[in-house]
Amino acid sequence: MSEHYPALLVILPLLASFFISAAGWFRPVLCFPFTVAGLAGSLLVSLGLLGDVMSGGPVSYRFAGWDPPWGIYYRVDHLNALVLAVVSVVGFINLLAARSSVEKEFPEKAGPFYTLYVLFMTGLLGMVVTGDAFNLYVLLEIAAITGYALIALGKGRAPLSSLHYIFMGTIGASFYLLGVGYLYIVTGSLNMEDIARLLPPLYESKVVTAAFVILMVGVWLKMGFFPLHAWLPNAYTHAPSPVSSLVAPLMTKVMVYVMIRMVVTVFTLDFAFTFLGLNDAVVWLAVVAIVMGSLLALSEKDVKRMLTYIVVAEVGYMVGGFWLGNSAGFTGAVLHILNDALMTLCLFLAVGNIVHVKGNSRMESLPGLFRTMPWTMAALVVGALSIIGVPPTCGFFSKWYLLLGALEAGHYGFLAALLFSSLVSVVLFFRIFEVGYFEPLGGSHGSAHGDDEHVVREAPLGMLVPLWITALGLILVGLYTGEIVGRVIRHAVPAMML
Amino acid sequence: MEPLYSIMPLIAVLVSLGVVPILMSSRSANVREAWTFGAAALKFLIVLSMLPTVLEGRVLVCTIAEVLPGVAIRLRVDALGMLFALVASSLWIITSAYSIGYMRGLKEHGQTRYFCFFALALSATIGAAFSANLFTLYLFYEMLSFATYPLVTHHQDAEARRSGRKYLLYIVGTSIGLVLPAMVVAYYLSGTLEFSGHGFLPASSSPILLGVLLFMFLFGFAKAAIMPLHAWLPAAMVAPTPVSALLHAVAVVKVGVFCILRVLTEVFGVELLASLNLGTAVAYVAAFTIIVASLIALTQDELKRLLAFSTIGQLSYIVLGVALLTPKGITGGMVHIAMHAFGKITLFFCAGAIFVATGKKYISQMAGIGKQMPLTMAAFFIGVLSVIGLPPTGGFVSKWYLVLGTLPADQWSMLIVILTSSLLNAAYFFPILYRAFFRQEDQSRNDVAVGEAPLWCLVPLMITAVGCILLFFYPFIFLRLAELAGS
Repeated sequence: MSEHYPALLVILPLLASFFISAAGWFRPVLCFPFTVAGLAGSLLVSLGLLGDVMSGGPVSYRFAGWDPPWGIYYRVDHLNALVLAVVSVVGFINLLAARSSVEKEFPEKAGPFYTLYVLFMTGLLGMVVTGDAFNLYVLLEIAAITGYALIALGKGRAPLSSLHYIFMGTIGASFYLLGVGYLYIVTGSLNMEDIARLLPPLYESKVVTAAFVILMVGVWLKMGFFPLHAWLPNAYTHAPSPVSSLVAPLMTKVMVYVMIRMVVTVFTLDFAFTFLGLNDAVVWLAVVAIVMGSLLALSEKDVKRMLTYIVVAEVGYMVGGFWLGNSAGFTGAVLHILNDALMTLCLFLAVGNIVHVKGNSRMESLPGLFRTMPWTMAALVVGALSIIGVPPTCGFFSKWYLLLGALEAGHYGFLAALLFSSLVSVVLFFRIFEVGYFEPLGGSHGSAHGDDEHVVREAPLGMLVPLWITALGLILVGLYTGEIVGRVIRHAVPAMML
Repeated sequence: MEPLYSIMPLIAVLVSLGVVPILMSSRSANVREAWTFGAAALKFLIVLSMLPTVLEGRVLVCTIAEVLPGVAIRLRVDALGMLFALVASSLWIITSAYSIGYMRGLKEHGQTRYFCFFALALSATIGAAFSANLFTLYLFYEMLSFATYPLVTHHQDAEARRSGRKYLLYIVGTSIGLVLPAMVVAYYLSGTLEFSGHGFLPASSSPILLGVLLFMFLFGFAKAAIMPLHAWLPAAMVAPTPVSALLHAVAVVKVGVFCILRVLTEVFGVELLASLNLGTAVAYVAAFTIIVASLIALTQDELKRLLAFSTIGQLSYIVLGVALLTPKGITGGMVHIAMHAFGKITLFFCAGAIFVATGKKYISQMAGIGKQMPLTMAAFFIGVLSVIGLPPTGGFVSKWYLVLGTLPADQWSMLIVILTSSLLNAAYFFPILYRAFFRQEDQSRNDVAVGEAPLWCLVPLMITAVGCILLFFYPFIFLRLAELAGS
């Protein structure tokens, strides 16, 4: 059983999608339980895989017994075992929170929503688990197309934003495919390990360089790496809450994983770092991404939109950390995949609750929220502290590794950008807290003194519990950073960086 | 002697955290206050129970989680930590009583929130006192910053909002902008953040880098209000007076100073500082702060603002004492944590009592107040003596050691700074007393008969005033702890 884990990971949600879409026609009540069952299955499998990898090292899987490089080949090492766990945990927690929103916002579309949800998860999990560059493209498109559809479920300008996303996303995916195609031309293989084996004599080839650059641009476009981020804020803002809190934490993180995988496993560090020597330039791009993401976030009046720019800045953290090219930077980047997924989930869930109760997440809707929605706001505070990087929340620890990496690499620009963005985050979030805390209810500027009555209008328990699981998770993951780094991430660090 | 593994430090930190859910769920004010008291008393007793072990020269250690290679969230009770924890936990009990009187007397809103965050702040304070390494210290330092924000801005009006911004800008801005990078560099240089008696920074590092690091720490821990990063402290005086009393005379500012002491003695180490002559540099910064803060205090009319500037000056005494790098100076600086805490909290309590009883905030309104509130003003007098450093109050003891500390260091200029500042202290405090006792109250307002503040306010300030005097006669525990910490 356990040897089929890598396949089950993708097959379980894929199977679930058939049942869900069927249930959507005949018994819509069953959609949610089927989705839970499918994703709980892949959650358990991914945790089992993580355990297997931690105890017995990397696992590989040949579909139907076909050997690579011809058959579909899945491979799970410490790096993607961790990312798989992150993806499935985030997807599952968010699913639990999604139910109330779906019932309120688009009950008639429950069938399509849950079907798309599991297919999106299938795509993401497949991208992470696969060891085949072309297979990755197929799954990337599955995740992307379902993602477009999910975003288009939103109200108002959502379809337009989704269309914008489709254009940009398609260009990104095509670039990726083009890169893989070039690699296929020169090596004749699509299997990642096989390509890596065939590539070293071809480093001098311009085709390989072109493949690398095109592929990277495609991946960056998909992760919203500044200045290729223009599609991201609109798409994530106008999407319905349960979609934003699914897509925002996961899509960018998985693309960061794809970047790391392509550079480390396919092109190898020898080529990307030593031969091309692009490190410094890319880290500077990341500096720009962090600074601009933070500044653009400052200019927003809508909390959800502000968060999307924080996502843009955080992408800079991970890209920069990885391209620092040392062990601490790599550890920071990978740890940040985990931490940022959880932080972003926490923040988007909290905003989802606010939208659920208030109808929108603009600054005008915030006054008095600490009184009326204390639990949501408290979780928002925990998420914010993690983004700011206050120990013992997990956000501190990835920032710590990134800072250490920047110092080791002597890249003070990146160091300064990280500190700058932390400080901007303080301003960003305390601006929200100020409005929620100081401004009285109903916009009247009378004194808040005296009225101790509690007019609590919280989101339903079904949304609060997942939010608080995530918020507590931020602290727990922070406290267990030593374990996570020591037992998982340290084994994922490429030998060249040690 | 080897450390003793014990869970007591953790319990001491968590006690006040543990009552937060109870405080939040209780609707009755009496139940809430009973729990606050219970937690405060329990915390004090736990701290006290560890005192004999520490006086034997042993340390208690408790590791919570190994978070980074070579860095754990770890608690360690040593002499310096014990000294600070004793002061903070004993004064919390008294402040709890005072808070009840003050908050009820003024019918403040949001009292549940107030007591919750107060408990949280105390947890962070004790945690900082018991931190075994720079990382744990930073953790509790930040926790304290964020836990005190709702207390500082308790009134939730425009002024509180402005002051809250200033508070965060200074405190969090410096801790993220200066302390965090300094800490990363320190870790990068030495591979550890664990405090040790001789400091952990390698002496082989470049002197310029070490100097820069030292000043990043010195200004980064802006809670110590070293100039020019002091402006948050007077602004934070918009908080209710018990907050100003405990947090801005004892917990918050002392945590800042405490962090600096740890950095001076256990990150850099006295030998390293002496060899690079960095102690003198720190001493000059502190001396500047002492004099300028005292001069500014001369010009203040609002009593709490005057006390804030007085605090800024007094905090730098502590830094100055340790920066002298002589045994007596270090002892004096450390003991001053306790002595100043008792003196200053008395003064803040008095200011609050005057406000509760009469609604007066400005010194110019306080003519003849000594006749209306004789007990309060008597306590105020004792507090003043202690802060100036006159016998028979505890403040004299620490000042005596500070003065002695300057002599072997051959720092005549520092001796002059300490004495001048004492004169300045007298110059801004005695006019208040003169006005209170020897000037007639304005006849126009005489129709309002006012007496002392409620007993809940009065008794605590009497206790701390008596404490100031007792510390003159029995300073031995604190002296012993400071000597242990300095050796």
